[in-house]
Amino acid sequence: MNRDYNFAYLDEGAKKEIRRSILKAVAIPGYQVPFGSRELPIGRGWGTGGLQITLSILLPSDILKVIDQGSDDSVNAVSIKRLIKECAAVGVTTDSEAATVIQTRHRIPEIPLRGDQILVLQVPEPEPLRLVEGSDLVSRRMHGEKDYNLIWLRLFEDLIQFNEITAAAGYPVMVHDRYVASPSPIPRYDVPKLNMAQCLYLFGAGREKKIYAIPPYTKVEALSFDDVPFQVESFAGHACGKCGARDVFLDEIYDERTGEKYYQCSDSGYCEGRRRGAG
Amino acid sequence: MAYVAVSGGEAAILASMDLTGLSRRGEPYFDPGLIEGHLKLLLDRVMSEAGLYGPSIAAAALKQCEGSPEEAVFLLRAYRSTLTREYYSRPLSLDNMRVLRRVSAVFKDIPGGQWLGPTYDYTHRLIQEDAPGARSLEKWLGEDVDPGGPAIFPRVVDILREQGLMRASPDPEGDYFDITKRPLLFPCPRSARLQALARGEAGFIIAMAYSFLRGHTVFHPNVGELRCGYVELLIDYPPERRDTWYAGEILLTEVDCFLPREAAGQSPEREKELRVAAGYGISFGRNETKAIAMSILDCTLDMPGDAPCHDSEFVLLSGDTLEMNGFVSHLKLPHYVTFQSKLDRVREGMRREERRPAP
Repeated sequence: MNRDYNFAYLDEGAKKEIRRSILKAVAIPGYQVPFGSRELPIGRGWGTGGLQITLSILLPSDILKVIDQGSDDSVNAVSIKRLIKECAAVGVTTDSEAATVIQTRHRIPEIPLRGDQILVLQVPEPEPLRLVEGSDLVSRRMHGEKDYNLIWLRLFEDLIQFNEITAAAGYPVMVHDRYVASPSPIPRYDVPKLNMAQCLYLFGAGREKKIYAIPPYTKVEALSFDDVPFQVESFAGHACGKCGARDVFLDEIYDERTGEKYYQCSDSGYCEGRRRGAG
Repeated sequence: MAYVAVSGGEAAILASMDLTGLSRRGEPYFDPGLIEGHLKLLLDRVMSEAGLYGPSIAAAALKQCEGSPEEAVFLLRAYRSTLTREYYSRPLSLDNMRVLRRVSAVFKDIPGGQWLGPTYDYTHRLIQEDAPGARSLEKWLGEDVDPGGPAIFPRVVDILREQGLMRASPDPEGDYFDITKRPLLFPCPRSARLQALARGEAGFIIAMAYSFLRGHTVFHPNVGELRCGYVELLIDYPPERRDTWYAGEILLTEVDCFLPREAAGQSPEREKELRVAAGYGISFGRNETKAIAMSILDCTLDMPGDAPCHDSEFVLLSGDTLEMNGFVSHLKLPHYVTFQSKLDRVREGMRREERRPAP
């Protein structure tokens, strides 16, 4: 890559503008702040919102971890990490506890994050009301008026039709009793980690041009009814085939040759750490 | 147990990039200057969708990606993000366009006359090895050819305005919305709409306008004027002193289209009256079909109706080359976690079915 590019690729004016949007997002938890999203050298819709946040907040002293669906080794995580390394000489790691900034697609690491860490989540569709309202104009008005009847109705209709709530990943949450937000397509298993966390969660949607945040110690609740508790994915009776972990989010894998089903930690950094500790 | 699945790994990615390089390495050696010389219309399309006027850098981008317009637009847009934005140009003085081609489909005789210029419109689409129609090229290649015609062409749209057939343009001057710096929120000002359409993917813009023509034959838009030519780009710098600098000239296609439609009447006796609505289209380079389509959509977005061509959010948010290609192609990325989460819901439903006692 041409070394003449600015530190962290974007020009300083753009980075400053994005940081201002982040500050506003932190000040109004769960509120989607529109921002002048820039185009980046990785695919639009491949994590450019998260990447713009990461590039704007990175300092040369930061240690970065990038994960895609839990894995450090997945193609897009590797590609994003390589780009950042080439235009911003920061340290990189796969250990979630050693990282100061973690950019992630659709997972929150198994080990709880600390107050000095920032988790940047890539968001394909920031609008939780999109399921029930197609127009952006109308959904913004609904947020303004805290009018969430339609999304509650949708969950209730789910219960009537399917006898359960079918929302899978990206389960809608209420942020600090005010804004309904999309946690990005993290599994339901990760949703409770958003509540009263120590770390700062930043959400970036590049195509949809929105930034929002869940600051530390913010109340975050999955939308659910008093008599129908929120359910996370169940891996009861299964353990990781590599490190033996139970009570973690597992990937379901089919053996290349035998076609036999087995399980493995989705959080590859966590799995690696456990094996290193055990060995 | 074989370890596969999620692991892509850096080595594999590097090997894949090597193969891309191999595919890109064609024979014989190809100078990107050839694209500038020969594939001008492809270049125009790519610059228009990238929102970046730079023929030589667009040619380099096209060469780098084996001629894929979507990839070339991608390269140019990403490059654009690294550039500091120092100033805005003055509004282009399109009245002073150095015209290559200028036609009107509404009046036979227009002040300044019809100038057909270079176009494929009147050629027969027969595959021929030699460039067809070069009957008397020599006469154009001589030096100091006077093309004739006026230096400045009056606008057809002004004729209709003067006769009161058309309302004056309601646009406020000076306050332009820049969608590359601010997100498009709705309702959006017309300047934002025009910018989004001008950068839109050619196929999408044309298809949207076509959907209107097919569905609403009652309203037939007319090309009032189409012109292609060079326009000077002027910049005020420093902004407070307003010294004007000439930055070069750019090739543009511009269209005014007319659409007869009902408007609210001016007097209490006439509730409604028929007026001519105008739509505006513009594009970098010679990009005529897209510019015409854009001018039609500029009209249809002001009209009520349930069809997508009347829905600003639909039209302006679905047609960006980078966004549409990026998001559709992201489906190739792993979705292990999200799919697992969905499987969990489906299996839960099946378990529930099994537990249910037989009727």
